[in-house]
Amino acid sequence: MEPRPRSFYILAAIFGLFLLFLYGPTITIAILSFQGPTGGLTFPMRGVSLHWFRDLFQQQAVGDIWGAFGRSTALGLMVMVTTVVVSVMGGLAFRKKFAGSGVLFQLVVASLVIPSILVSLGVGLIFSQAGLPVHWASSGFGAQLTWTLPFGLLIMFAVFNRFNPAYEEAARDQGATAWQTIRHVVLPIIAPSLIGVALFGFTLSYDEFARTLLTAGSHNTLPLEIYGMTTNVTTPVIFALGTLTTAFSLVVIAVFLVTVWVLGRRRARAGSDAGRGV
Amino acid sequence: MDRLLKSPNVTGWLLASPLALVLAAFLVLPIVMIVIVSFWTATEFSIVPAFSFENYDFLLGSPVTYSVFLNTFKYAAITWAVTLVLGFTVAYFLAFHVRSQAWQTALFLLCTIPFWTSNIIRMISWIPFLGRNGIANSTLISWGVIDQPLEWLLFSDFSVILAFVHLYTLFMVVPIFNTMMRIDRSLLEAASDAGASGFQTLWNVILPLTKPGIMIGSIFVITLVMGDFITVRFMSGSQAANVGRLISNDIALLQYPSAAATAVVLLITVLITISALLRLVDIRKEL
Repeated sequence: MEPRPRSFYILAAIFGLFLLFLYGPTITIAILSFQGPTGGLTFPMRGVSLHWFRDLFQQQAVGDIWGAFGRSTALGLMVMVTTVVVSVMGGLAFRKKFAGSGVLFQLVVASLVIPSILVSLGVGLIFSQAGLPVHWASSGFGAQLTWTLPFGLLIMFAVFNRFNPAYEEAARDQGATAWQTIRHVVLPIIAPSLIGVALFGFTLSYDEFARTLLTAGSHNTLPLEIYGMTTNVTTPVIFALGTLTTAFSLVVIAVFLVTVWVLGRRRARAGSDAGRGV
Repeated sequence: MDRLLKSPNVTGWLLASPLALVLAAFLVLPIVMIVIVSFWTATEFSIVPAFSFENYDFLLGSPVTYSVFLNTFKYAAITWAVTLVLGFTVAYFLAFHVRSQAWQTALFLLCTIPFWTSNIIRMISWIPFLGRNGIANSTLISWGVIDQPLEWLLFSDFSVILAFVHLYTLFMVVPIFNTMMRIDRSLLEAASDAGASGFQTLWNVILPLTKPGIMIGSIFVITLVMGDFITVRFMSGSQAANVGRLISNDIALLQYPSAAATAVVLLITVLITISALLRLVDIRKEL
């Protein structure tokens, strides 16, 4: 192997600093959340304890964190399933040249670039003028979909651009119906990417603040609850919450990655045995 | 019937209908509603359907509006420039200097992980860093660089832009990395065989070929920054304003028609900016 040029070391150093910049603050609050009972929001640490985590679980000072967590998780799962199903259907639709597909695509791009607060404001106005109560599972759910669906659809575009239609042709030649082709050929091939869409859908929803602000109704989701805490909580309990939610996100990513890995292994086992001899 | 079902128009719209319905109900209709309400008036208790230019008159006649819009552009421009340089550098390192694919995937994943955790938490996490008694100040003091804590580290334009860069650089890295990975490596060999230096290859080969990724990343960063209100509110300690904050303040005061008028002006600004950028790139081809 040829030796590394000097630029490699400079760029590697920049990359290292970038990672430090990304992770440094989060690691800092993770450390600070273990402050002793008399510790504050900054260093120095006054002892090490689980005091602030206990505070979080006692639930008196800090509002309805666990209710909000439950709602955010439920909403995240709803958005996730809807995003996967609608994105796959949309992705399949855009492979055909149907009349009006250009307009629909521009609408998808618009959905991505229109500022979140406008969606939030507009949906809130419609519900109030129609006399419907805003609720996280109705207006909040719809408002979040305008953010997760474009991402899901763009991923599907990328997937189908790399998809080899010869597999479908082969299935059709064997007499498979359109549905059988999708069910037994297309879906298994794109399955790992669907996990990516699902991960996007869940975490975008789980973390969505601006679109949920005016559409969640009287019961807060977790980001709204955290936002409320930032304005009136001045103890490390908020760092403890940050540490826990970050840890939860990491667990979610890990679960998804393991699923992708397992799917990949299953596919490798169940895939073609061409070239392996008898 | 059978022929009807085989027509790409029918099946296409059947498959696309859930998507179209969601966007119609939760994007098109709300935007139409905002435009309508922007011509309404408000009393202290409710909004009144009546046609008037009052909101726009007030908005466009106020010098505050212009300074706030200017501030919004300032944040967008600075954040765009910083995330572009940083994002390009990071993507370039990953795509061209990391040789094994396993390392590439691992390092790329490492960059994306913070993206999955809460934005607000990531903002809060700057406080122990930048505060008056924060890590940055105490380090600088103990090194003897400064005698007194720097006041402008937190709750300033500096901290706002720092948070933007922290939150959104990834939106630049991902599309740029994606286009860089699809550059035919033999082009780089050809450039070096033809006697180009590393920098010449970067400037004349890689940069032009990466343009689509740069455009997509720019669209993300610019729209996210222009529509933001929470980062500016939080990181400026409520001392700076952008258009998003103007809207959210009006909403907090239940001045919906006024918020709607500001929203319409913001929407027009964003759409003009984006359509200008989209002229330079065809998104569908680049995925």
